[in-house]
Amino acid sequence: MTNQELRLKSVVLRKNILKYIYIAKAGHTGGSLSCIDILNVLYNKVLNVDPKDFKNPNRDRYIQSKGHCVEALFVTLADRGFFPESDLETLCAYQSHYIGHPTKKVHGVEQNTGALGHGLSICVGEAIAAKLDDKRHRVFTLLGDGELPEGSNWEAFLSASHYKLDNLYAILDNNKQQITGNNKEVMNTDSVRDKLQSFGWAVKEVDGHNLEQLEEALKNGPFEEGKPNFIIAHTIKGKGVSFMEGSLKWHHGVPTEEQYALAQSELNTAEALIH
Amino acid sequence: MELDKREGKNLKMGDANQVVFSETLEELAAIDSTIIAVTSDSRGSGKLVSFGEKYPNQIVEVGIAEQNLVGVAAGLTSAGKKAFAVSPACFLSARALEQIKNDVTYSDNPVTLVGISAGVSYGALGTTHHSLHDFAALRAINNIIIVAPADNFETAQAVRQAAASNKPVYMRLGKKAMPFLNEADQTFEFGKGRIIREGENLTIIASGETVYPAWLAAKKLEETKGVKTTVVSMHTIKPLDTDLLERLAANGQPIITVEEHMVNGGLGEACAAYLFQRGYKNRFRIVGIPDEYTVTGSQIEIFGHYGISEEGLYNLGMEMVLKTPE
Repeated sequence: MTNQELRLKSVVLRKNILKYIYIAKAGHTGGSLSCIDILNVLYNKVLNVDPKDFKNPNRDRYIQSKGHCVEALFVTLADRGFFPESDLETLCAYQSHYIGHPTKKVHGVEQNTGALGHGLSICVGEAIAAKLDDKRHRVFTLLGDGELPEGSNWEAFLSASHYKLDNLYAILDNNKQQITGNNKEVMNTDSVRDKLQSFGWAVKEVDGHNLEQLEEALKNGPFEEGKPNFIIAHTIKGKGVSFMEGSLKWHHGVPTEEQYALAQSELNTAEALIH
Repeated sequence: MELDKREGKNLKMGDANQVVFSETLEELAAIDSTIIAVTSDSRGSGKLVSFGEKYPNQIVEVGIAEQNLVGVAAGLTSAGKKAFAVSPACFLSARALEQIKNDVTYSDNPVTLVGISAGVSYGALGTTHHSLHDFAALRAINNIIIVAPADNFETAQAVRQAAASNKPVYMRLGKKAMPFLNEADQTFEFGKGRIIREGENLTIIASGETVYPAWLAAKKLEETKGVKTTVVSMHTIKPLDTDLLERLAANGQPIITVEEHMVNGGLGEACAAYLFQRGYKNRFRIVGIPDEYTVTGSQIEIFGHYGISEEGLYNLGMEMVLKTPE
């Protein structure tokens, strides 16, 4: 896949996120738009996963700790051929498996997540198992910056460096906002780089909307032999839709008909510019 | 106090159930390299020092961090290991409850959670170290087998069945030496209560370390008063052996349940809810720790205080049998 195709895909995936949130009348809009470039790069450039052989024990693992941004994961999995995209028309509907958080009932999902501060510990277990079995696959998780105050993350950070899990990659979707306000005001987690380095992790910072930077960081690990990898992806909540960017009300805002049309038209313009 | 010195009153004494747990796990690990013990600075109290020395590649230490303990165990299991997460029951079942609910049971990762020094095993260390809530908390969570073995035989069987289980298991173990109960019956299956002795005047349904005092009381009731008592080790709290419950209730004899757990939400309430809904009207009493600040003291003293003892259950049994139903 060329870089241009990848860029196009990011726009199409954004359009799909909004489409299915609009149909479901529910979803985590801002955060899904902030992390979608990360997911696009992971599933189309980095992860060794195959929809036809998903249970292959040598596959790379991706466990989304910030489970509430499931719309980003679902549209990416559908695009990658794990299930028909039309399934997402049932998002959040009665008796649908496509609920508001990842569940293993959906093909391609590794673990049920949604409560924050859980994904990383599970990844530590997966990464330890891979080391014990001398397997080469890698383990990835996506953390939200709003979930960093969960103490369980820090238990997991400690254990990952204790066990020298250089096969583990934690990506921080650092959009700097959470439901109540800016992270800085809700619970300051500044100096994440220093904190993680002092916990024994190798840290890289990238522009989380720059696909080349993401690919470069995620493909070429480990950053340092014997250290778990932490990628601070600087992102913008609501990225790609002008009136959603950096606006708190879009944390789980659902667009009206008019807003939806406006957003799609902005994204259509972005798509045309790439062509 | 007296109970401890009686050498099992004709029963063969064994070890603490948590010792048998570690011995059995060691036997399993020797032939199954996917067995992994996950510990939270608990390998001493979990009797896993020898395990760690023999199988250094089959033990993962996470330090004192119970949430991470359970999350890591879920990840190991998801990757094809058989993880046994070992931690004092009080911390495992409370501090890591959300990890149990989401990462183990809801995510269908068949981890075996081993709660050691359970109930009031820690005695005078106090309420911080007691687990009197674990049956209730875990009964309210889908997709987990809850087991409290009574003796060494049941413990060894439970460990083997947990290793073979494709469902999450919570195993609750104490640290006091237990006698072998009913050595004639060598059957054990999750979800099937084990009849320790049989009699038609009274039934005592007990679990874990309370089965032994129930047995002592039953023996005394028969020897001194001719009251014939059925004693059941209802080792599996969930799924409950409802077939056995119906059989026990069928002839109308009074039923006592006993557990090392708060009376709220435990074995007794599980039995009562089932029987009441099926229309049984047997006289019924739940013996456990009441909903109050638990009395201080050793396990045996706490048991004695709340009637979880030979004497307490004997007296209650007499009362239940003699009192004319209203």
